[in-house]
Parts: sequence; C-alpha cells; structure tokens
Amino acid sequence: MAEFLLEIGVEEIPDWMIEPACEHLKRNFLDVLAETGLAEGVTCVTHATPRRLVLAAQQVPERQADKEEVLKGPPRKIAFDTGGNPTKAGEGFARRAGVAMTGIQVGIDDRLFVKRIVKGRETLEILGEALPAVILKIHFPKTMYWTGKSGPRFIRPIRWLVALLDGRVVPFEIAGVASGGSTQGHRRLGSVGIDVTSFADYQDQLDENYVLLSAQTRRERIEKLAEELLHDGLRVRKNDKLLKTLCYLTEYPTPILGKFEEEFLDLPEEVLETVMQHHQRYFAVENANGKLQPQFIAVANLDGDPAGEIQRGHERVLRARFNDGRFFWEVDQKQKLSDRVEDLEGVVFHAKLGTYLAKSRRTVKIVGEIASELGVNDETSRHAHRAAELAKCDLTTAMVGEFPELQGVIGGLYAACQGEPREVADAIYDHYLPAGAEEEIPRGLAGRMVAIADKLDTLGGFFASGMMPSGSRDPFALRRAAYGIIRILIEGELPLSVDRLCELAGAGGHAGDLHAFFVERLRYYLREVRGYRYDEVNAVIGASSEVPLDVRLRTEAISRVRPTPDFEPLAVSFKRIENILRKAGGVEKYAMRKVAMDLLEEGSEADLYRAVTALSAQVSRRKRMGEYALALRAIASLRPAVDRFFDDVLVMAEDEAVRNNRLVFLAHLLTEFSTIADFGEIVSG
Amino acid sequence: MHTYQDIIRDLKSFWAQQDAVIQEPFDMEVGAGTMCPETFLRVLGPKPYRTVYVQPSRRPADGRYGENPNRLYKHMQLQVILKPSPDDIVELYMRSLEAIGIDLRRHDFKLEEDNWEAPTLGAWGIGWQVMLDGLEITQFTYFQQCGGIDLDLVPVELTYGLERLTAFLQNVDSMYDIQWNDTWTYRDVRLLDEQQYSVYNFEKADVSAIRKAFEIHEAESRRLVDEYGTVEDRAERVHFPLLPAYDQVLKCSHLFNTLDARGAISVAERAAMIQRVRKLAVSLAAAWMDQQEAIG
Repeated sequence: MAEFLLEIGVEEIPDWMIEPACEHLKRNFLDVLAETGLAEGVTCVTHATPRRLVLAAQQVPERQADKEEVLKGPPRKIAFDTGGNPTKAGEGFARRAGVAMTGIQVGIDDRLFVKRIVKGRETLEILGEALPAVILKIHFPKTMYWTGKSGPRFIRPIRWLVALLDGRVVPFEIAGVASGGSTQGHRRLGSVGIDVTSFADYQDQLDENYVLLSAQTRRERIEKLAEELLHDGLRVRKNDKLLKTLCYLTEYPTPILGKFEEEFLDLPEEVLETVMQHHQRYFAVENANGKLQPQFIAVANLDGDPAGEIQRGHERVLRARFNDGRFFWEVDQKQKLSDRVEDLEGVVFHAKLGTYLAKSRRTVKIVGEIASELGVNDETSRHAHRAAELAKCDLTTAMVGEFPELQGVIGGLYAACQGEPREVADAIYDHYLPAGAEEEIPRGLAGRMVAIADKLDTLGGFFASGMMPSGSRDPFALRRAAYGIIRILIEGELPLSVDRLCELAGAGGHAGDLHAFFVERLRYYLREVRGYRYDEVNAVIGASSEVPLDVRLRTEAISRVRPTPDFEPLAVSFKRIENILRKAGGVEKYAMRKVAMDLLEEGSEADLYRAVTALSAQVSRRKRMGEYALALRAIASLRPAVDRFFDDVLVMAEDEAVRNNRLVFLAHLLTEFSTIADFGEIVSG
Repeated sequence: MHTYQDIIRDLKSFWAQQDAVIQEPFDMEVGAGTMCPETFLRVLGPKPYRTVYVQPSRRPADGRYGENPNRLYKHMQLQVILKPSPDDIVELYMRSLEAIGIDLRRHDFKLEEDNWEAPTLGAWGIGWQVMLDGLEITQFTYFQQCGGIDLDLVPVELTYGLERLTAFLQNVDSMYDIQWNDTWTYRDVRLLDEQQYSVYNFEKADVSAIRKAFEIHEAESRRLVDEYGTVEDRAERVHFPLLPAYDQVLKCSHLFNTLDARGAISVAERAAMIQRVRKLAVSLAAAWMDQQEAIG
C-alpha cells in the first residue's frame, strides 16, 4: 500500500473558489480510483492555500489486482478439421489469443476458449494517465487560458506540479509543466525548489518555509494572535466570512493591530464596518458592550511587522477611505432624498424593465394595494407609502455609488437625519431584507410592506418578460426575492394569498409560473427551514396553498396532531376513501349531490353519518378560529366510526341507488374534512 | 527618498532589462494605458512584443477640482505589456517593486481576484488587483480577448498606479504632496490642470459641439474601416491607414467620457454610445488582424 501526494501549484486562486475546488479535486481523484479498481480502503484528504491545491491519499494499492479473462473463439467444428487438426480459423484464434494450440480449451457450448490472466497495471502508470483530467476537470466559476486558445483552461496558470507515489514521481504534464517532487514556499519568506519525499516531509518543509498548509491552522493562528493584540476587554467583532476569506488569502497569516482617528466614529457604524470588513478586509474591534472602537485588525500574509510599516500603511489607506466616506456623507446631505425622486429617471433598473423611477411608482401602488388588502391603519399606510417613494433614492447618492452594498441602509440613515419619521427611515433601511437565509425580516409593518412590494414588482417584471430562473441560473436572484416574500408573510404574520401576490406583481401571461414559483419556495421553506416532514407539507399544500401564513399554521397543526394514536390510521382510511371514489369516477362526480337519508343503512353507516354531521359544525368552527390542531383532533376522533363502517359495510353495494348514495356520503366526508390537509398524502409508518 | 520621477525611471529601467521597448506616452487623450495602440493593437495577432510606457490617463468624471487628495481627472499609469506572458511573471512583477525600494519581506503583499473588463474596447481579462498593505497599487491582467478577438498569444498587462505607489513610498496622504523631484511637488506640477479641466468637464464643455465632434470622428473611423474592406490589392492593404482610423476611435471614447462627466447623456443613450464605440473598436481590430496577416 502506498501514499500518494499531489500538489497543484497555481498563481493566486480567488479565495472563495478554493474550498469547492478541493471538493472537486477529491471527487475526481476518487472517481478515477473507483473506475480503475484501486479505491478499496483508500483514505484521502485535501488542503489548500491561495497558491496550492493539495491532495494526500493513504493506503493506495501499488497496482491493480490481476484479472482472469475468458476469450471466446470459433466453434470446434470450424476450428478443427475432421482429422482433428487445427484449421486456419483455429490457428488464427490461437494467434490472436497469444497461446499455442495446446493452450486452447473447448467449452460446454462446443466453442473454443482461452483463459488468460490479465496482469493488473501499475498505479503509477494509471495515475500518470489520469491526473491531467483529474486536475483540469476541477470546476471553477470562471477560467482562463494562458498558453493559447487551444491550451488548457484553469482558474489561474498552473506553475508547478508535485505528484509522488511513495516518493516516486508520477509522470505527467499540463501546459508544459511536468510533474515532479519539488515544491515552493511562501513567496518571500520561503524558498523555491524544495524537494519533498512524503506527505509528512512535505508538510514539515512547508512549515519551515512559512506555508501553513491547513486552513484550520491558519484560522487558529489568526484567532489566537488577534486575541493577543487586544486588551482591556476589547475584542474582535466576529465575522466568520471575513475570517474564512483571510484564511484563503494568506499562506502565513499574521494579524496586525491598527488605529484610526476617533472622530471617524461619528460616521454611521454601517459605513465604518463596510469599509473595514468588506473593502479592506479588516476586522472591526469592539468593547465588551459591543461598541465599535477606533481600532482594526488587518491580517498580513507575512510573519510580522517589527517596524510597524505595515500597520502605518493600512492605517493610511483606511484613513483615506474614511475621509471619502465623510466627504460622500457631507455632499449627499446637500440634496435630500425627497429631492432625488425625479433623478431616479436616470437610473436603470433593467434595460427591459425601465428606470427606478418607474419601479418606485409601481412599488408605491402595490404598497397601497397591500395596505387595503390587510386593512392596515392609516398612519402605517402613510409611512409605507412614503418609504416606498424614497426607498430607491439612495441609488443616486455618492455614498451608495462608492458602497453599493449599503443601498437601503444609506437611504434609511439619510431619511432619519433628514427628518423623516422613524418608521419611514426604518422601512427604507430594511426594505432589501431578508437578503440571506439567516437574515432578519424587516422590523416594522411598513418595512415589511415595502419589502414585499419591491420584491413583487421585481418578480412580476422579470416573469412578465419571460426572464425566469432556470436550473442553477438565477442572475436576478428571483428565488431569493420570492423566498423573502414567503418568509415575511409567514414570520411577519401577514395573511396575503399567493393569488393576490401574483395579481399585484403583474406577471402578465406568466402569472401561473409565478404562482408555482411561490408555492415551490413555500415548500422549500416549510421543509428545509422549518423542518416539517415532506408528506405533511404535501398534505397541507394539497388541500390549499393559498395563504402561506395559513399553510404554515396548518402544517404546524398536522405535525402536532400526527403522533396521536388515531391520526395515521384515519389518514389511511381517508386514502382508502379517495381510492374508492377515484375508481368510481372521481370525487367531483359525487360531492355535489345530496345524501339521501332513507338510503343509509341503519347501523355502522347511519352511525358514521350522525358522527360526521355532529362533528362537521365543530370542525368548521375550529377552523374558522384558526384552531387547526383542535379541528384535526376532532376529525381524528372519527376513527372508530370510520373503522366500523369499513368493517361492516360494503361500499360497492349491489343496489345501484344504495351504492351511489354511499359514494355521495363518502365524498361529502372527504371534502368536508380535507380542507386543512389532504390526508391521503400522509405516508404512515 | 524615491521621487515620483525616480520611480518612473526605475520601473522603466527594470522592464527595459526584461527586453521591453520603452515607449513614450501616446499623444492623444485616453482613459487608460490599455487604449493606446501599443497595447490595444499590439496584443492582437501572433507577434511577440514587450513594452513599457507611462500613460497620462484622462477620466473626466473623476476630476475633483484639485480638492480631493486621492482622485484625479488625469492620473498617470505605468503600463507594461509582455506578450506572451513569461511563466515567472508574478515573481518578475514582485522584483519590479523591489527595484523601487519596496522590501516585500516587510510589506503585506496580496493578489486579490479582480477580472478586468473594458466594454468599449471589447476587451477583458483575468487577474488580480495587487494589494500592498491594503492599498491597490497595480492591476494585473492576463488578457483573454481584445477588440472582440480571442487572443492566442496571451499577454500580461501590468498597470501601476503611479501616484498611489509614490504616495505609498513617500508616506504622504495626499497625491498633491508627492515630491515629483527634489524641488517640485505634484501640486506644483499638476494642480492647475486638475482645476481647469474639472471646470471644463463639469461646467463649460459645449455639449452640442462635443456631440458633433463625436459624430465626425465616428464617421471618419467608420469610413476608413469600411474602405479598407473594399481594398483588394495586398500592397495597398498593407499601407492602408488603419492606425489613423484607430485614433478616431480613441477620440470618440474620450468625447463620450466628457459628455458623460458633463451629465449630458441619458441612461439609455449611455448604453447606446458605449455600443457605438465598441462597434468601432471591434471592426477596427478585425481589420487590423487582416492587415497584420497581409503584412506577414
């Protein structure tokens, strides 16, 4: 068993692509082992820095197992003449099989065959052939060529390759680079031409040459040293995304503490944080109460900063950035948001969907419709209306021009300091929420209304123009928009229906697609985020997907009542009823007709009828009150009567009138009690 | 101390040692060193080339009347083109920084993803912004396409921001405080044109005259490229004035930038004008490729 080490030396790979690339590399490699029968017992790890993708595998067989192969030849009668001597055909077969005539056997089918042992191939050779594809098939979002149009494509140029099987070079070549056993250290702290023999040796040598191979080690170093830089209760403001970015931007990370002038703390925290974390990739520093401090931590790709030069450099850059921020803030105040509405004429939302001025006007209108639909009070309606008018105005500000990721936030901050009511400012600030699955929905009702309206308009516009997402392509983040709306409706408890949403969105001929799109997001939310079982979600949506908030309440009720003993057996009976009715021509055929009392058989059937009648008023009342769990419990209490009915009564009775009446009765029962959930969808057990 | 002109001299000399032709700035208004024929046209076709030059780059909308310490209407780029890109290009680039006195064992050097694109030129590439202690000092690009043509001999373009780099080396916060040489500062040399051009670009430029000029230059470029397409004789093709036709494209590009800074272009018109310039650049590039083949 051998150890295999692969290092792809690359010019700096974009940080966010590195982890997925490692996954692909590992999968491609294991696929090759599996295809060539070498996978058994192999363990495999990957590591990466910006300049190298590394795979190390243990327990790799040195060669494939030998295989016995049977080669079939011509029938005996053709291979030998009557005298038992081989014919031309017989000799030809022996030649092809590479054996003497004596090595040939005759099978029970009376044909010639030869058994051969096919020697397994050397792993070294197999890998040498397979590795170029293993490497070049790593998927990257955007690739380049560097040796010419017909050359290989990769994320950045490949500059060296290490491929060792138990210390022996696995020979191959990519773009003129031949594999070998020699690696490189940190660009300035390490050397080049470092010969390695094994994975352990490789790691040791990289360590000596200022490359921390494991991202985890780099992460721990950043966290530990950053902590050591801070005293007196100060701490790094947590930012995992930034931490990960820095792990993959460095081979030898060293945190460096810097300061900035206290006066910059007058700028909104949002601006300071964006500049530091997003643009400069610095950690912000806060005190024990979470208040931002005039300090930051940069992470250098180096071993230290003894003379403080790096610190001074970062401080100077940050100061310039903050000065810009302050300048933008001051310039922007010269024109209030409310005086910028008409300027939105000059900002295109999308070439086919017009300007932001048009979009704002549509959004204002949708907000109005939502307000009347939900019966929102006048004050909140006014606030939402105002916020919708101003929501996009920050797109014309210098600050958002510089920091586009702060759109909405800046509008909210400006609105607040320009005398707009708190609710209006908050609504503007929040109207892009929820931007990610983890993020909050807008704080207030006005903000929720504007957020819904803005997203609805976006969805409606793109759907109406036929620009729907397909597969993994969703360039306008429409899934996120629809999902955001679903979350606001459910978590913000707004009983708007999907039909109404689609009307308001104005999706034109694609309203049906948009409807399905919402229901799909709703399913996703209930299953993946809320964790309801798929059959519960199917049952509830099967009954009705109209009002997402209501769907969520019904699903919750089902999942609560489900463990009670009568529920699942009753669901089975409902399914049985459904099947019976389907075979008899469909529920619709019977549901509209009336049950003839005189045709009901005394005993189990009449008992069930009475039980259903008694229950139905109670169930409707519970349902009206939104007490779905109680309604379901009531329905579940039918179980004994339903069971007795099926035990004693033959539905498909001889007498046609009795039979039809029975079907009508069952159709009533089914429709009456399937408005909370379609029980037939529940999978028992 | 490294003065501004020391840095220019040392960088040019470094790249000259790598066999680059030291070119002088192109004598027309351009928004970036990439637009000069020494880059735009030289990267096309199969002939290797290496050059280094400083290019004053005019971006009317970036003017700040000389009041912003970090933004200039006209900044200076040091442009390096190596075609094809050598395998050790990153190392070479790092050594060029060391050649101007930046000890990379004492500074935080990072290559951060940044893929460059110039829609008006039909050009794009893959690369990084080079960060030195948090400051972007160079755009590093492997060209993939130029004038809408896939490049077979992949060039690398290094664009150094000279003012930033010098401010960094001289440890000053404002570009105007840069020592140009031992006697004069950047302010002494350049402030006046920052002020005057800001006034012109934002306030005084005659919109209708510039529009007219745009159309005249556009027509001139188109006329020449169209005519080139009709020339059958090889010798005549070889001497056909495509270089002057490209000058006309650059005129259009700059006039468009001026109109844009003046706030004279609506959004829809903006996209349309970018397309017009792009169309000129792309058809010029195709004609140029053809001519290069004729020249052989």
